[in-house]
Amino acid sequence: MSTITEPRGAEFELDPGKAPRRHVVTDVVTAPLHTISLLVRNKPGVLVRVSLVFSRRGYNMESLVVSPALSIAGLGAAPGEFSRMTITCSGDPDTLEQIIKQFEKLVDVVHAIDHTGQPVIESELALVKIKAGLRERTELLQIAENFKAKVVDFGAESLIMRCASETEKLDAFVNLLKPFGIIELVRSGKILMARGLDAT
Amino acid sequence: MVTPTPQKVSSGGDKVVQCLEREGVEVVYGYSGGAAMPIFDALVDSRIKFVLTRHEQGAAHMADGYARATGKPGVVLVTSGPGATNCVTGLLTALMDSVPMIVLTGQTITSMLGKDAFQEADVTGITYPVVKHSYLIKEAAEIPRVMREAFHIATTGRPGPVLIDLPKDVTQGPCTAPFVDTVNLPGYHVPDRPARALLEKTAALLAKSRRPVLYVGHGAVISNAGQAILQLATTLGAPIVNTLLGKGACTEDHPLHLGMLGMHGTAYANRAVEHCDLIMAIGARWDDRITGKLSEFCPEATKIHVDIDVAEFNKVVRPDVCLAADARLAIEELVPLVRKLDTADWLKEIAGWRRQYPLKYARKGGLRAQHVLDRLDTLGGRDCIITTDVGQHQMWAAQFCRTTRNRHWISSGGAGTMGFGFPAAIGAAMATGTPTWCVVGDGGFQMTVAELATAKLQKAPVKILVINNHYLGMIRQWQELFFDNRLSGADLEGNPDFVKLAAAYDIPGKRVTRAGDVDKAIKWAMAYNEGPCLIDAEVVKEDNVFPMIPAGAPYSGMIVERPKVKMEKPTGST
Repeated sequence: MSTITEPRGAEFELDPGKAPRRHVVTDVVTAPLHTISLLVRNKPGVLVRVSLVFSRRGYNMESLVVSPALSIAGLGAAPGEFSRMTITCSGDPDTLEQIIKQFEKLVDVVHAIDHTGQPVIESELALVKIKAGLRERTELLQIAENFKAKVVDFGAESLIMRCASETEKLDAFVNLLKPFGIIELVRSGKILMARGLDAT
Repeated sequence: MVTPTPQKVSSGGDKVVQCLEREGVEVVYGYSGGAAMPIFDALVDSRIKFVLTRHEQGAAHMADGYARATGKPGVVLVTSGPGATNCVTGLLTALMDSVPMIVLTGQTITSMLGKDAFQEADVTGITYPVVKHSYLIKEAAEIPRVMREAFHIATTGRPGPVLIDLPKDVTQGPCTAPFVDTVNLPGYHVPDRPARALLEKTAALLAKSRRPVLYVGHGAVISNAGQAILQLATTLGAPIVNTLLGKGACTEDHPLHLGMLGMHGTAYANRAVEHCDLIMAIGARWDDRITGKLSEFCPEATKIHVDIDVAEFNKVVRPDVCLAADARLAIEELVPLVRKLDTADWLKEIAGWRRQYPLKYARKGGLRAQHVLDRLDTLGGRDCIITTDVGQHQMWAAQFCRTTRNRHWISSGGAGTMGFGFPAAIGAAMATGTPTWCVVGDGGFQMTVAELATAKLQKAPVKILVINNHYLGMIRQWQELFFDNRLSGADLEGNPDFVKLAAAYDIPGKRVTRAGDVDKAIKWAMAYNEGPCLIDAEVVKEDNVFPMIPAGAPYSGMIVERPKVKMEKPTGST
């Protein structure tokens, strides 16, 4: 019987203070939130297994985005076989290191990478429904233009704007809109991708 | 005209059983039920032996005992709903102690999933936190692949239990899928050999040590690293201590062996750990029973950690070097890189502690559990497998019954599951045919006592030694030491007559109440191998396990006898 599990012993050789993968940086604590991306096998229950790593420790995720992944080079994956998860969470470096290792330990998780402090492209989408009569429109449209937001629903008393940007910019955008009276706000949660040829 | 008889198409249940046969399974422990009927039907035509237990928890612990005694995965087959939930404690026990186990659970038909069908439970949902991995099979075609993956996952790397939930329509319907030999699990990585550079770093750290200690855990038992560790210890001139589950990896009667460390370890092992300048964990995980107060645990000592599970690194302590590897391979490759250390003074100091704090107990005032276990050790206990339950008797057995062979000591460590010892002994005895002493307390024994029927039916050579003090002794000890002796929920009033209880199952038994009768009873049980037998040792009601490092206290807070002054309530985990 042959077994095609990847012999990755060497990659697991770690010095204290470092998480299992060489490009994981857990000791940079500049940002209060960490973003972890996971490549997982798209199996029933994988989301539960991932969230149990948090809930068991009494931790919460700030945001979680799950989406289908393309076939992965070298894994011979059929379409739909893998998913991406992007999780933002808070936590001290020790806990975060444990969380990442517990992710890696899950059979259905192919890899887990903490991107905190790494060069990444990140993005988040927001839909904002605002009370907007004739008097507010001009000012609202100016804000929208500045943030490259698009008005996707234009009504007599309300409008919906869609904005895709970094999380911090979206925060600023939403703050500017608050005085006008936000009726509803839906945000997608952060997604990101490592720059250059680094793996996400 | 003769019509050709149609080729019988395998059912899903047939396929499951055929896969078990291909994996080399000899015995399945379990309890039947509606949703598992097609699998039970397939067992009729199989050479696999099925053992009907008296409770699903018993089945899980028997499979666990089988696995710990042999290193092969134990297999459990139960039905849906309550059948499956009764296995949850068994899964936790196996997960905490890294025991390879396959648990097959029946499930309602797929079209009824989530609709509160009779005996339906969300079994994969209930068991996520207590399995290494699990599956809910919805197509019969998945059976061969899932079965192969399950055995691969359960037995490789850090072993653990894998659960497979099998809806009845999947096992009843046809399954034509071919058998699978390969496993493709891109997210599953098993370290084997350590990196050369880290081995050299380890050797360099060892070379600087003058007061080293090798701290050996269950990983060394699982990977059969004992010989290599003894070689390392003798080459270095370093003493060995082992955890409760590490007993047996290295023979405990070796002159360099100091016995068990930790909360109820020997005082000389604990003094050595307290004063060492280097501690090397081999297949051990710095458990809270071992470290005591973490901030004061070997603060100045160099720490080396060998483990196959990288998630254990930096979890509790931050070692100076971590070797991600199979324990045996790591130590075998390390031995040629090390040389004799100057440990003469260190070993002399340890010998002093050994003289200063021998394991001891009162010889007067009635029959003592320690005396019974001490005699068991002398009268051939070392040639038998010993299983224990959880509590005072477990600690006394760990102290007084020295284990000299790998896989001859079976005890629930991480989970501390009462009710484990007796069914585990049945599994171990059946698997090996080796005479198996099952040391249990009067509390834990009653939790799974119904398996007396199973032991009798299987003629398992299990020698049940009930350390009977009519108390939950460890609870009573804590309440005496830390809670002003305000006893609460500790008195086992209403115990049965265990000898008569055994007799009701046609199992011979003897009661021992005097120290002078102990040898005779042990010899009697040693000579009886036709099936199970029982000794009810009525020991003194109030006795304490010492040495003791109260939970959360540092090693320097170890007490070796009953303190004269009132003690603070322990702050550590339980």
